[in-house]
Amino acid sequence: MAKAKHRALGGTLVTPVTLGLAVLIGLAVFLLAKRFIFGLGSVTNISNGYTWGIWVVWDVVIATGFACGGYAMALVTYILNKGEYHHLVRPALTASLFGYTLGGLSVLIDLGRYWNFWHILSPAYANTGSVMFEVAACISLYIVVLWIEFSPTFLEHFGKSKALLNKVMFVFIGLGVLLPSMHQSSLGSLIIVMGWHIHPLWQTTLVPLLFLLTAVCMGFAVVILEATLAAVGFKRDITGELPMLAKLGKIILMILSVFLALRFGDIIVRGAFGSIFTSGWRSLAFLVETGLFAAPIWMLWKPENRSRLSVLFPAALHMLTGAVLYRIDAFLIAYDPGPGWHYFPSVSELLVTLGVIALEVLAYIVFVRIFPILPGHPADVRS
Amino acid sequence: MYDDSRTPLETDVEMRFGVPRRDFLKFCAAIAATLGLPKGAEAEVAAALAKKERPPVIWLHHQECTGCTESLLRAEHPTLENLILDIVSLEYHETLFAAAGHQAETVRKASQEKNKGKYLLVVEGAIPTKDDGIYCKIGGQTSLELTREVAANAAAVVAIGSCASWGGMPSTPPNPTGSTGVGEALGRKDVLTIPGCPPNPYNFLATVVHFLTFGKLPALDDKNRPLFAYGRLVHENCERRAHFDAGRFALEFGDEGHRQGWCLYKLGCKGPETHANCPVVLFGDVGMQSWPVGTGHPCIGCTEQGIGFAKPIHALADLKNQRPPVGYPKVGDDQGNGATLGAVAAVSAVVGAAAGAAAVLTKNIKQSEDGKE
Amino acid sequence: MTINRRDFLRAGLVGTAAAVVGAPPAEARDNKTVPEHAIGLLYDSTLCIGCKACMSACKTANDLPLDDTTGTGLWDTPHDLSGKTFTVIKLYQDGASKYKDQVIDGFAHIKRQCLHCADPSCVSACPVQAMQKRPEDGVVTYNPDACIGCRYCVAACPFKVPQFQYDTAFPKIAKCELCKQRLADGKIPACAQSCPTGATLFGAYNALSAEIERRKAMVPGQANIFPRRTVDSGDTHERASAEYTPQVYGQSELGGTQVRYLAGVPFDKFGLPVGLPERSYAAQSETLQHSLYGGLYAPGVVLAGLIGAAWHGSKDHHDDEDGGPHHG
Repeated sequence: MAKAKHRALGGTLVTPVTLGLAVLIGLAVFLLAKRFIFGLGSVTNISNGYTWGIWVVWDVVIATGFACGGYAMALVTYILNKGEYHHLVRPALTASLFGYTLGGLSVLIDLGRYWNFWHILSPAYANTGSVMFEVAACISLYIVVLWIEFSPTFLEHFGKSKALLNKVMFVFIGLGVLLPSMHQSSLGSLIIVMGWHIHPLWQTTLVPLLFLLTAVCMGFAVVILEATLAAVGFKRDITGELPMLAKLGKIILMILSVFLALRFGDIIVRGAFGSIFTSGWRSLAFLVETGLFAAPIWMLWKPENRSRLSVLFPAALHMLTGAVLYRIDAFLIAYDPGPGWHYFPSVSELLVTLGVIALEVLAYIVFVRIFPILPGHPADVRS
Repeated sequence: MYDDSRTPLETDVEMRFGVPRRDFLKFCAAIAATLGLPKGAEAEVAAALAKKERPPVIWLHHQECTGCTESLLRAEHPTLENLILDIVSLEYHETLFAAAGHQAETVRKASQEKNKGKYLLVVEGAIPTKDDGIYCKIGGQTSLELTREVAANAAAVVAIGSCASWGGMPSTPPNPTGSTGVGEALGRKDVLTIPGCPPNPYNFLATVVHFLTFGKLPALDDKNRPLFAYGRLVHENCERRAHFDAGRFALEFGDEGHRQGWCLYKLGCKGPETHANCPVVLFGDVGMQSWPVGTGHPCIGCTEQGIGFAKPIHALADLKNQRPPVGYPKVGDDQGNGATLGAVAAVSAVVGAAAGAAAVLTKNIKQSEDGKE
Repeated sequence: MTINRRDFLRAGLVGTAAAVVGAPPAEARDNKTVPEHAIGLLYDSTLCIGCKACMSACKTANDLPLDDTTGTGLWDTPHDLSGKTFTVIKLYQDGASKYKDQVIDGFAHIKRQCLHCADPSCVSACPVQAMQKRPEDGVVTYNPDACIGCRYCVAACPFKVPQFQYDTAFPKIAKCELCKQRLADGKIPACAQSCPTGATLFGAYNALSAEIERRKAMVPGQANIFPRRTVDSGDTHERASAEYTPQVYGQSELGGTQVRYLAGVPFDKFGLPVGLPERSYAAQSETLQHSLYGGLYAPGVVLAGLIGAAWHGSKDHHDDEDGGPHHG
């Protein structure tokens, strides 16, 4: 029973889905070759007006938000000591591992002078006043921490003892909560130095807290999403996990309520309330984003709804879409480079991002089939 | 090659102008070119010039240095003086007259009477207007009276030189004699002006020939200057323009940049705000660089009212032709790449597929839940 | 134990929130100020004739390539500052574009370049100190050997100055460094050297401040002496002074800049941000960062708490794993 807690799904790796993903990855590799030979402008639409396009905003800012499952679950499981969630930690950690590792690699794709990347980790170059330094250093360290946190899975798979690792694991768990807290909030702080470029609806000194809250929330939402997709995709029965997911739904409800209260309180205090209605398409973006954050609160308000996957799943999706939009808004839609500038990602730019997502999904599928990651349930054992 | 220099002068035109027909036609072609007339117009010009009737011209001098006349006489173009004297019938010209005193004035008056409404009045020099114009008198008449009298029955009035055009040098502040140009003194707006100190003789000549050929004055700008000669800024055709564009300026007379023939803008060149064809037509028929800037002196803007004799020679010019739409990036120009159809389609497809999948998934989950209940 | 941990976490979160919301004044980082021996430029739009001599001289002095936007390969025609262009003369125009320095039916030039902020956002933003402000003269320099190409400086600069090279495999940031190589040789920046009207004037920051005061005191339309190249070069010319708008751009914007602008039309017409606060964005950002992470005290304390909590948590967790399916 104890051994069956996590188990590899097994099965074939060559399916139409995995082949489709491989094609997308191949396309991205081709486009990246072009980028590394002819420069960023040959593939992307980024310009000196909008110098950060979707490769930064989606592949790093949003992807690491999606990858907060491990962070969020570690927070409740180990720090708040809710051991009941323990089953959900490992799959969440897997998604985080890929999300962050690929986020880190995406940074290398986007960095103009990637061969100097190591400067971020060298005290000789570090500018401790820079938010970017903190984000980059924390993400780099967190990727290492994630691999260490995840290493028991490998050790299990290869039948090695994990006793030694278990003795020091609590240090990495602590780091694994601290580092994402730091850089997920700092991803928001990145916009503070941009000053007037960011529309007042998004530009606030509260932005690190807002980003942190959405990151934690995204973490829980992703866990629900993953559980649902894994259930449907691998045809697993998740009735056993449902009560835990329901509790996550409640946490999402609470955090989102706090988030919206802070968001509006801040806007009112800063006197920016009027611009909710007077900022053209930025107003629209704000209202859609707020609506997407508010919808899960309404959906999850009744406790009986929270135990229904048909409510939890769309609620999580709304939450994630809202958080994605919040981050796109803060970095791209709210960004005003001055008169005359335009940006919309190019097709090849989009294809690279799709390729990165495809790589992430493919890696997840391969990992859960080979390594003991998903919770093994009595129902599964019986079948 | 056929040498026509010894060809006996046979035709009527040749006899009259004292030049071979070939040279005459060359001159006509050159004038047509100066006027910017289309190909073939030289024939019309030649036909007009070959007419036996020569329009009478009365040429008055007021406050001036006779530089305009001198410039005209010294033009080295073949037989120019012959042409100007033979094309027109110069009835009265103080510098060129053999006659003098009352005899000359009598001829003028007789000509005015005889050619009423047909003669051309050319005025050289500014007209003093202060104290009833007593500061310049000819034959007992003030300049103002004389000009009024002659202009009354003239077919057209031409002001030659900057003084006649707007007052020029004599009108420089404090302008003690109240000097002004012909147009202003007469209160007329139809006085054609050929400003310059001195003006290029070909600009005057071409204007007269235009009048003869077409029976009307050429197209004029807002200061009544013929557009063919004053339509462009000196700066636009300046041989040193490349140095201006490259930011290479002579900083003082005789410095390295000056010796290298760099742009004279910093020395006060008024080329950028002065309309004239000096760099194109040049002076004295001696070839390249025979104009002020070519010799290393900044343009003083003598053809431009408010610039020549008004603005200090060392003062910097304002750039007139740097106005839009000359190639400047505008504030707020469109930049960067917006949405393309493909990209929007791709995003819509992905978002749509995701939303669709999510909806279908939710529906399925709901169905299975309902099924269980 | 659980209650203790909860209390601790609650305290930690509240503390973090407090630090985020309102940093204690003692920790606030003030604006950095212009160095004592700062140098700078004064660009007077009313003197600029738009000859682009500065652009041409800048390209030569900094060994920059042609920025051909017409596709002819003949002319240097930058749309704006770019990876190949450190300075550009841009044009404001309205209606008939007839009158210089007029808002209606007028036109006016503006020279775009690095303003060399007293407290630069790019220096604060750069994670690897590739952007630095020289303490001796306040020139904001760029070191490509340190740069990782993250382009945070491009995104952060309030004046949109640092430019990235998108068309090469080995890009750099392009930005005016006030001709630091010429300064080292005792020369002045190429744009000020080449400007025929003194519209771009080089000098000590304080000398330029005095020159700004002098110009603002001039009676519009009256003849005045204007220096060229440097304030005290002795190379002068005389012309009627224009009517200046009251604002001196860069005097107080975000703590001031060492390159300042005078103009005859309001600065928002040039597409420049106006109404900027006096407190620099760098100071705002770094105050927050230092409050949260200064000396790593706060993260250290939080980490200690987290590790403590995790130690208990993981003990429970091991108990679980070894002892059976009961959760703690």
